[in-house]
Amino acid sequence: MTPLFSVNNITKYYGSQIGCAGASFDIYPGEVLGIVGESGSGKSTLLNCISDQLSFDEGHIFFDMQDRGFCNLANLTEPERRMLSRTDMAFVHQNPRDGLRMTVSAGGNIGERLMNTGARHYGNIRTAAAEWMERVELAAGRIDDRPSTFSGGMQQRLQIARNLVTAPRLIFMDEPTGGLDVSVQAKLLDLLRGLVQQLGLAVVVVTHDLAVVRMLADRMMVMQKGHVVETGLADQVLDDPQHPYTQLLVSSVLQV
Amino acid sequence: MTTHSEIHDDLSFEDSYNFAYLDEQTKRMIRRALLKAVAIPGYQVPFASREMPMPYGWGTGGVQVTAACLVPDDCVKVIDQGADDTTNAVSIRSFFERTAGVATTEKTTDASLIQTRHRIPETPLTEDQILVYQVPIPEPLRFLEPRETETRKMHALTEYGLMHVKLYEDISQHGHIATSYAYPVKVDDRYIMDPSPIPKFDNPKMDDCPALQLFGAGREQRIYAIPPYSKVKSLDFDDYPFSQLRAPETCAICGADDSYLDEMIIDDDGGRMFVCSDTDFCASRQNEQGFEPAEVAS
Amino acid sequence: MYVAVKGGEKAISNAHQWLAEERRGDPDLPDTSVAQIREQLSLSVARVMAEGSLYDPELAALAIKQSRGDLIEAIFLIRAYRTTLPRFGYSKPVDTEAMRCKRRVSATFKDIPGGQVLGSTFDYTHRLLDFKLMAEGDVPKAEAGTPTDGPMPHILSLLNKDGLIQDEISSDAEPGDLTREPLSYPADRAVRLQALARGDEGFLLGLGYSTQRGYARNHAFVGELRIGFVTVEMSIPELGFSIEIGEIEISECETVNQFQGSKSEPPQFTRGYGLVFGQQERKAISIALVDRALRWRELGEDDLGAAAQNEEFVLSHCDNIQATGFVEHIKLPHYVDFQSELELIRQIRRDALMLEAGE
Repeated sequence: MTPLFSVNNITKYYGSQIGCAGASFDIYPGEVLGIVGESGSGKSTLLNCISDQLSFDEGHIFFDMQDRGFCNLANLTEPERRMLSRTDMAFVHQNPRDGLRMTVSAGGNIGERLMNTGARHYGNIRTAAAEWMERVELAAGRIDDRPSTFSGGMQQRLQIARNLVTAPRLIFMDEPTGGLDVSVQAKLLDLLRGLVQQLGLAVVVVTHDLAVVRMLADRMMVMQKGHVVETGLADQVLDDPQHPYTQLLVSSVLQV
Repeated sequence: MTTHSEIHDDLSFEDSYNFAYLDEQTKRMIRRALLKAVAIPGYQVPFASREMPMPYGWGTGGVQVTAACLVPDDCVKVIDQGADDTTNAVSIRSFFERTAGVATTEKTTDASLIQTRHRIPETPLTEDQILVYQVPIPEPLRFLEPRETETRKMHALTEYGLMHVKLYEDISQHGHIATSYAYPVKVDDRYIMDPSPIPKFDNPKMDDCPALQLFGAGREQRIYAIPPYSKVKSLDFDDYPFSQLRAPETCAICGADDSYLDEMIIDDDGGRMFVCSDTDFCASRQNEQGFEPAEVAS
Repeated sequence: MYVAVKGGEKAISNAHQWLAEERRGDPDLPDTSVAQIREQLSLSVARVMAEGSLYDPELAALAIKQSRGDLIEAIFLIRAYRTTLPRFGYSKPVDTEAMRCKRRVSATFKDIPGGQVLGSTFDYTHRLLDFKLMAEGDVPKAEAGTPTDGPMPHILSLLNKDGLIQDEISSDAEPGDLTREPLSYPADRAVRLQALARGDEGFLLGLGYSTQRGYARNHAFVGELRIGFVTVEMSIPELGFSIEIGEIEISECETVNQFQGSKSEPPQFTRGYGLVFGQQERKAISIALVDRALRWRELGEDDLGAAAQNEEFVLSHCDNIQATGFVEHIKLPHYVDFQSELELIRQIRRDALMLEAGE
């Protein structure tokens, strides 16, 4: 079985500083990879590099494209890469304001990716938007309201709906529960876990919160100072961390 | 030392300027931009717009395009709001009479080049004609995205979803696409283009039009074009198709019920009447019907 | 029966005649000569030359006379004239170090080699109306001083000897000409400075002021402000050497701004620069402030979202001829578009009222 997404030796420098070095991993359809580390560990740099938001200095990224198979993304043209990033891939930002259009209604936010890929039937777009609102537990009656009238948790659910409407196969998430109240976080994680299972999504989720990894991830990767220091099955790594840094991370959380 | 007044004493305006005002070098530069624009229908070609002796926003782009196209046997018609006798149309027409000495006309059918602001003539255009539009804001995405660097990228990558988001928002809010003029079109299935602020009533006239349509935006330094017989489609949704819009009345002077109408308030009680916005179209219909053309009020 | 209003041609011609009459004012008073404007309204002349980007005091004075003192209108006249002039070539860069200074001050040092030269400035006048000027008397002649001559080093080049201030990257690249090439973004610094030199004084003053009040503050000191005359030289290919073609008055301002550095590189001051035709120190200082704010990317600073940092915002709105044309064009007839809006709003209201009635 070929992986859906393959990251090979990604290295990024900021001047003489290392952003991330030699990161490699494969993701198979339906698999969730958690990348953890404290701030400055290079996890966000890595996420931005592999999601085509930041250029990198070394390495290759491959994606199993629906129409032409396993492809080095560097060989795609910019329009092709942009098309990919709004169809088969998606990105959920930590701050919903970065991923939503705050002056556009909820329906318009969800409909945008459909319209971007050629949908031209208002009624169908609206139906799809209403369905997705219900799937992420937002009242469909609020379809014409702007996200600025939504709570933080609702905004995050709207952002998820906006991303999933084109049925992507791979989704990147940057601290999806950061900045939310603990009770809201738990509900959102529940929702995400359900969606990932129903839709068979492959996910790369970056977080400093080990609870997110325990709840969502099949496998995990631990980063420190730009380097990957440990990888493995999420449960195994959390229950029996090998690297001293991972041990420190795990113990500092689980002892609470 | 020779002073300016000595230099300028013997020169009349006509002697001191080149045919159609612009120097030949500038005209060549504009023609190059025009050729590129025709080759890439709907694409906005940057050009080094010159300062003209009329203000930016008053048709300097159209005037430069016209000046670059004119030859001595041209016959020019200038309209503003569909009328030949509005002040800005009069001013631009007299500019070309003065600087190019070309014949001018008010009759659409007699003109070889028509410069327009805000209307397309009702009388269908022919292959022998050029229609030059004055354009204030050439970028159809400008009010969705103010940064030029971004909008150029959106055009290059055909990322036009945002435009439809705007139309979607209109319908969800008003039940209609709430754009009644400067209604965006897609040219030749590729570029989204601003047709200049013509009422959307005029949009269908751009499609498959035998005449060459040129657009000049002086202040914004852009030229674009629709070559003859190009496909021009007004943006819409399948279930909310584009529709023309005009006052559902007939012209009080010529009786036309299919032309675009101006609404006049005629008394203090708000009484109204409707007349053709295209003055030449209205006058020729009056002629056909044996009316005297409307008099010139002093 | 209703008759469409005609007669635009006649109206325009009448308006022009009336305008000419109003321009002249009371015919019992003597006409102002162009020479009087050139000599007595010289700071207006300087502004019209700078923003009209044509160095010609006589034509600028004529434009001021013709425009009844509306300087933006005068600038417009000059621009429209300038664009018709043939282009013979480009001058060599002017050497401002060799400027014959009539004014030269530094805010960063008490005394400077060559001395502080106050020159003819309003700076320390008390702004009291001088009613003597109403009685058209002659002014007593000022005592003659010694003109400063010979090269005068830039103050900032003295700082530079110790490496305390960043070197400007020297380049032999031909600077762009925004009157011949359409402005495209991102613009390089030469083109930016060119646009600012032609830009509206009031707009740049406001933007410069905004940087001081915290919208992209850059801690500027006037390192040096000099006003005076420089010679303009052109290379004549047929001769194989360059010749002087004349002399122009310019104002030049260099600011010393906040320093930057990192662990590996020692801190250095940075600079802003403004150069403009004529005696226009307010404008020169404003340009330097805005120039410095626009350099944030090159100097590795943060985008604070301030107007003065936004190149597209500054450059696309600083030209007052573009601005005045577009702002004022909304007084032209727009009734065709308005009619379309009327029909649309009627249609939407009809639908809404029917919906309401149905409910």
